[in-house]
Amino acid sequence: MERIIFGDNQFFAVNHISDEKSRAQSIKFKDDSAIIKTLDIAIAAGVNTFMCTTHDRIANICEIIRKDPTKYKDFKIYPCMPYAHKYANAVTELGIAGTLKQYVPGNFVGSLLKGGVAYLSKDYISIMELLIDAEMKMFKGINTPVIFLQNVITDLLLGLGMTDFLLGFAKHVREKYNAEPGFITMNLPKLLDTLEKAEFKNPIICTSINKVNFRMSGGKDLYEKTLREGRCRVIAMQVLGGGAIPAGEALEYVSNLPNVESILFGASSRQNIENTVDTIRYHDQKRRTGLTSI
Amino acid sequence: MVKIALIGAGKMGLSHLSILGAHPKVEIVGVCDTSKMVVQVLERYSGYKCFSDYLKMADESRPDAVVVAVPTKYHFPMVKELLNRGIHIFTEKPFCLNPEESKELTELAKKVGVVNQVGYHNKFVGTFQEVKRLINAGSIGEITHFQGEAYGPVVVKKKSDTWRSDPSEGGGCLMDYASHVIDLINDIISPIESCKGSILKSIYSKSVDDSVYALVESKSGVSGLISVNWSDETYRKMSTSISIMGTNGKIESDANELKVFFKGDKFPTGYSKGWNVKYVTDLTEEVDFYLRGEEYSAQIDYFIKAVLGEKNNVINTFESAWKTDKSISLIKEQSSK
Repeated sequence: MERIIFGDNQFFAVNHISDEKSRAQSIKFKDDSAIIKTLDIAIAAGVNTFMCTTHDRIANICEIIRKDPTKYKDFKIYPCMPYAHKYANAVTELGIAGTLKQYVPGNFVGSLLKGGVAYLSKDYISIMELLIDAEMKMFKGINTPVIFLQNVITDLLLGLGMTDFLLGFAKHVREKYNAEPGFITMNLPKLLDTLEKAEFKNPIICTSINKVNFRMSGGKDLYEKTLREGRCRVIAMQVLGGGAIPAGEALEYVSNLPNVESILFGASSRQNIENTVDTIRYHDQKRRTGLTSI
Repeated sequence: MVKIALIGAGKMGLSHLSILGAHPKVEIVGVCDTSKMVVQVLERYSGYKCFSDYLKMADESRPDAVVVAVPTKYHFPMVKELLNRGIHIFTEKPFCLNPEESKELTELAKKVGVVNQVGYHNKFVGTFQEVKRLINAGSIGEITHFQGEAYGPVVVKKKSDTWRSDPSEGGGCLMDYASHVIDLINDIISPIESCKGSILKSIYSKSVDDSVYALVESKSGVSGLISVNWSDETYRKMSTSISIMGTNGKIESDANELKVFFKGDKFPTGYSKGWNVKYVTDLTEEVDFYLRGEEYSAQIDYFIKAVLGEKNNVINTFESAWKTDKSISLIKEQSSK
């Protein structure tokens, strides 16, 4: 994985500290061309991996990328699925069974609900595989070397003790998409313990890591200890603590943590994108030269 | 350890179940749901003992506490049965279909002496907790007026009916959405005890309201406006906010951001004259397990601690939710006058 990964929250009005900023973002990125323009700035700054949720609008972005294979030849997308609001809204309207009926292709769920099919435990893993395939459709022809399960689902399954689905996700992603599975979580220590217990070693985990203990369940000390142990490949997200920490300070902290393979960030302006990339590179360089001089 | 059972494994129920499942002091002894599919999955993959009859579950699994996350109309009969068995209760909001039912359950819970809590999670949001602290300290002087708002994209087109679109089951924007705002105001200022005028408007729904506009007054004599619309798709998700005007300043807050203006030279520690902005990130305590907002984990943790006798059962009690049901009913009655 690349050291710096570009995120998509800014494109979809996700802002953890201000509804006003989120409104401004949704106005700024109303057109797909504004998203592409920002992606191009990130690419020009040397960031070639885009981590994004399987939002309907990403399908349009994929279309643009497919049309220009020369320009985007090194470009990679890490899909994060599902776009949870889509399913949450559907569950409110249709219930859980109704939602599955709507989103799982074919008649599989319908016959299962009617009781016409004998209950087999693997049926539910198959339903999940069909849902993964439905979410992956938009990325056809695009390089997706790592595929992530969104934190709301990872953590829901984690709390429910449904490790089989986490493992089932990983297996399907590896077998069908020849990609590495990744998990987004707000509960790094607990998730890692759970996966290790199921013999899943060295997983890719994208998780909130920042100086102010924001969304780091179990606490910063436990996270730092977990990182030092080097038991997983970590992508740090929410490094600005939702905007609570000045960028320079925030990036210095996360750049110098051991075993953080990648740093995920999102920004809307050229200046913020370039500054972030430069700051991370500066700290990486400083650490490397510091090491060689020892 | 607290032995807990869940009734209703829908969207809220599964979220509660996951948070409970990760809680170190909780043992899940039963789950009750009417969907065969949900039950199969929970039995097979989570290993929970599942039931389709909640009384059978109560009698067989002997829970210390039960989380009730079923449509509102079932709250009253189910909670009553469970209270009579001496079980601690956490139930989803709104509490009951009418204040008479809420009153009966409030009195029964007191008599039985069990922990009782309703899922108005905004009380566990850092910004709103800070608003309450500022108001209790009298920091913006005498309160003259408030405005409570909530907007979101729940019903944005004509669609199939669910219990949320059935008024007799507790559906509609007033019961489901505006209840959050009313409950916050009742808690932070004082209970809304009169309604001067209200409009309950359907936009896409056939039989329930999609928006609520009301001019109200609190017990303490403060006037206020309620403006709530769940058919507003310019919001990505529910956004709840309150503004409170006082003689010495003004507070504007949503679940993310708190803005406070102080007119004069009197202000609490950590604030200054003029505008002050604080973010939920500065005001929120970390939780041990995060699922979809610290407040959801915090309210469950608070309930568990109350059952264990480690916290006093004072936030979101049946009594406070009964007051909210009374305010809801005033707004509803006024709209049909």
